Amino acid sequence: MLVSYQWLQDYVDLSGVSPEEVAELLTRGGLEVDHIHRYHDGMDGVVVGKITDSGPHPDADKLTICQVDLGDKTTQIICGATNAPKANKVVVAKPGTVLPGNRTIEATEIRGHKSEGMICALDELGVSENLVAKEQHDLIIELPDDAEVGSDALEYLGLNDVVLEIDLTPNRSDALSMLGVAYDISALLDRPIKVPEIEHGAVRKNAIDQVSVTVEAGVDVPYYGAKVINKVTIEPSPLWMQMRLVAAGMRPVNNVVDITNYVMLETGQPLHAFDYDRFGSKEIVTRRAYPGETMTTLDEQVRTLNEEDIVITNGNTPTALAGVMGGASCEVIETTESILLEAAQFDPVRVRNTAKRTNLRSESSTRFEKGLDAQGTVRAAERAAYLLEKYAGGAVLNGIVESGEMPVFEQEVELSLGAVNTRLGTELDQKETEEILYRLGFGVEDLGDRWRISIPSRRLDINIKEDLIEEIARIYGYDRIPTTYPVSERNAGRLSNTQKLKRKARRFLEGAGLEEAITYSLTSEEKSKRFRLDEFSDDVRILMPMSEERKVLRQSLLPQLLDSISYNKNRQNNDLALFEMGAVFLPNPGEKLPSELWHIAGAFSGDRTAAAWNKTAEPVDFYTAKGIVEGLLEQLGLTEGVSYQVAKREQLHPGQSADVVVNGQVVGFIGQLHPTFTAREGLPVTYVFELRGEALLTEQDKTMRYDPLPRFPAIKRDFAVVVDAQISASEVQHVIYEAAGTWVKDVTLFDVYEGEHLEPGKKSLAYSVTFLNKERTLVDEEIVKVHETIVERLQSKLGASLRG
Amino acid sequence: MIDRLEELKLEAQSAVTSSQDKKELEQVRINYLGKKGPITEVLRGMGKLSAEERPVVGQKANEVREEIQASIDSKQAFFEEAELLEKLSAEKIDVTLPGKKVEAGSPHPLTAVVEQIEDIFVGLGFEVTEGPEVELDYYNFEMMNLPADHPARDMQDTFYVSEDTLLRTQTSPVQARTLQAAKGEGPVRIICPGKVYRRDEDDATHSHQFMQIEGLYVDKHVRMSDLKGVFDTFVKEYFGSDRAIRLRPSYFPFTEPSAEIDVSCGVCGGDGCRVCKQSGWIEVLGSGMVHPRVLEMNGFDPDVYSGFAFGMGVERFAMLKYGIDDIRHFYTNDTRFLSQFKHV
Ligand SMILES: [Zn+2]
Repeated sequence: MLVSYQWLQDYVDLSGVSPEEVAELLTRGGLEVDHIHRYHDGMDGVVVGKITDSGPHPDADKLTICQVDLGDKTTQIICGATNAPKANKVVVAKPGTVLPGNRTIEATEIRGHKSEGMICALDELGVSENLVAKEQHDLIIELPDDAEVGSDALEYLGLNDVVLEIDLTPNRSDALSMLGVAYDISALLDRPIKVPEIEHGAVRKNAIDQVSVTVEAGVDVPYYGAKVINKVTIEPSPLWMQMRLVAAGMRPVNNVVDITNYVMLETGQPLHAFDYDRFGSKEIVTRRAYPGETMTTLDEQVRTLNEEDIVITNGNTPTALAGVMGGASCEVIETTESILLEAAQFDPVRVRNTAKRTNLRSESSTRFEKGLDAQGTVRAAERAAYLLEKYAGGAVLNGIVESGEMPVFEQEVELSLGAVNTRLGTELDQKETEEILYRLGFGVEDLGDRWRISIPSRRLDINIKEDLIEEIARIYGYDRIPTTYPVSERNAGRLSNTQKLKRKARRFLEGAGLEEAITYSLTSEEKSKRFRLDEFSDDVRILMPMSEERKVLRQSLLPQLLDSISYNKNRQNNDLALFEMGAVFLPNPGEKLPSELWHIAGAFSGDRTAAAWNKTAEPVDFYTAKGIVEGLLEQLGLTEGVSYQVAKREQLHPGQSADVVVNGQVVGFIGQLHPTFTAREGLPVTYVFELRGEALLTEQDKTMRYDPLPRFPAIKRDFAVVVDAQISASEVQHVIYEAAGTWVKDVTLFDVYEGEHLEPGKKSLAYSVTFLNKERTLVDEEIVKVHETIVERLQSKLGASLRG
Repeated sequence: MIDRLEELKLEAQSAVTSSQDKKELEQVRINYLGKKGPITEVLRGMGKLSAEERPVVGQKANEVREEIQASIDSKQAFFEEAELLEKLSAEKIDVTLPGKKVEAGSPHPLTAVVEQIEDIFVGLGFEVTEGPEVELDYYNFEMMNLPADHPARDMQDTFYVSEDTLLRTQTSPVQARTLQAAKGEGPVRIICPGKVYRRDEDDATHSHQFMQIEGLYVDKHVRMSDLKGVFDTFVKEYFGSDRAIRLRPSYFPFTEPSAEIDVSCGVCGGDGCRVCKQSGWIEVLGSGMVHPRVLEMNGFDPDVYSGFAFGMGVERFAMLKYGIDDIRHFYTNDTRFLSQFKHV
């Protein structure tokens, strides 16, 4: 909402209050002023001039040489506008003036003739081109006779105005008008409101004899009023009115259209003018459109309607899309003599839906959508009639032809002083509270222990006592509400166990050198299927996706994390270790909401540690990823029941991928990306993991006890065995544990060897086994015996031999 | 004989002094104190001495022996000290070379901000509550006093999954769920962080996915002045003790009265600058007293209970705190961006 500071003064006295102060006042009162526009800033030397003589430029047939009286002197200016030869009073920018767009006017010579200044068009003065009336394009401004030669032209045009741009909250439909904003200022400043003039003359003819109004559904059109105005002369509206429309961001058209817009901006009630003679009948009928029915709107577009749209018709064909846009067939044009002036109330939801569907959101539809002042509709019609009589020469016919009844909006709400103070924490007394209510224009009736407050019909947003409490608070000043602390029973705030574990996992991964990434949950259908843990799950789809790339919800984190890897790779960030934690989404048959499962994923590429003066770079590998996963599981308290199984997964290297198994359940995987996949996606060699986090977030064991330190020494035995290369380390380890019995404390693999010192197809695994008996010192013979058992078992089960 | 011993002592001490290394010193020891050395010889010849002379010479011989040994020990210590110094000097390194780096990663700035805010509110007695990102229209809108035709639904264009399920547009559905679970019994003190989604084209200031933290405090006798107190504490804790807040009337369907909370500008200290658009204030969060309809619909008696609710954008907080100018940085995960947040 654009609010002209000058225009505002028609309704409330602003003497002694600067535009900045008004802006601050409004903002602190709940109408947030986003921006203060000063279109004239820095523009000096723009004056009213009178063309005393003009003639064509001898060497340029499109230019006119004008002698312009500027009051203090007469100067010669060359002008290219087609209306220059016949123009009288004009706007002149003198040499030295800086016009918008940093354009400095200089005295110059055009084809041998002096030109000292410029005669201006509106857009040259900073008025946006789409706010200049169509027929004014490329024309210089022609000022009326009362413009005083030599005086400040910006002031005359009202371009020295200051415009406040208000960012309205959706509840304050009452402030979608100059008057509405003025009411707020009146309350905030405690100054009276000046109501605009509506008393017009009337000819003896009755409107009711000229037109009838029929409303088919009162729910759609609670009120429809039509006035008839004869003998109008279509011409440009007065310049001051045009400039006010411009300040409000509307383009002047002609006096009739401008007056309907002007009254809408003033009162908030949209109006529409039809050409009476071209309406097509003498009856106005409102109804729902027929499915597939078409009409051509004012913008010359053919619109296909449906039964959700309300239309105004002549009993036969649509003449307007209610509240949204008029029809072209009975538009007010240059030859229009009589008009039908519509002032109505339409169902806000219908108007909103139609405006949305047809993409015709306008100043008018916005106001209908938000709801109108029930008692303002007829007043607005009378105000427009007054202006049409005054500025379009109209003869206003007697009366208004109506259908429906204006709902008498006389909301009453009861409120007590105690309720105000307990809700706000204030200590207001009765008198000052009542004063605030009066300033707001509310009716106050004292019922002893409470008030009955009647709410003016323009304030549709006030329905319950809390609404009134807010009104009181904003006029009193939110600043003046004290600062207190809640008095309630104390309790310790806390994070849940799961939240703590998630934080622990994050800290571990960060400590291990990974950077946390956050990616989008929405992805493409193709990507959502990559790396998913559940083979056959379907996608959770968005009904109206914005793009192919954001069509379904992710089933795994990796595809998006890999997007981040390639984003970085394209920027030469090559050494990457990223992780992400977040939800993935799987349909939940029979349930409305999908399953949201919490996942952790990681991706590594380039070097794990960079080369330094004392070591070579260490590239990432499978065991980088695996080491992180192992460490993470240990951090989360999963020390038992974890194993890794050879896995085959579509996008992973068949020889370098493993499933992570916890208590017999596959909870994720680790692997190198398949070379074919990385080649296709333009990814570097990348190692990844993804885990279903839910399975890992076990309840913290609160009964955990420490293990007493052993009183007897542990004994360590190292040995190496040679096995077939296909036998996995975990198989060997399993046999060792099995054979070693209860004294085994730890088995560590410290070397793996394949190569020239061994038969082809064989590998050597070197282990360090630690034995411990908590009760006594183990003797050497006992260890030798266990050791023998281990070697025997390895031999019989895996064909292993002890390496000498 | 006494004289001979004295002579030997001087001779030996001179040999110790002139010895050049441990080896020479050892030779001196063998020469004078060894089994075949002159002192042993003297002692061996004592048999020829008189009974009176014998103890005197014996004592003298032992004295001389000890003195020579002391000289040798001291010289030995000198050689060892010198050797150690030489060794240490050979082991000298350039301590200005970089250390063996332990490279830590970093939290995402949004996570960092969420955790900072969570910690402040946990300290104020709040619990952290989460909820699903795909939500029922019922919790996301209806229970937040946004019925189907409410114009404010336009403010937040929604990704629908079906007619009645959607990607939540705010984390307030968690408030509704928590209130309903509390079955009309206060107090309820929660903050709800999480991802939310709106149909926006991604650009420098818009993102179709972003993070929010909403909060709710419902109890008997909660006043708007309490909201001011809690946020004065929060803002001073989060932005710094020199920062002030101001409340402005605003509108949210689920609160009445509603307030926008501004924080005094940290760049200009309130005098007005480019960052605060010359106002001296920066809008940081929306808040208000819980609308009686919301309390009622979610099972709380509005005549007994009151409360305040608030919501803030995590990206906005991160952008303000770290001076980040493009919201897309949060989701492209450029490691040159992420690695800057190691120390936060
Ligand atoms: Zn500032």
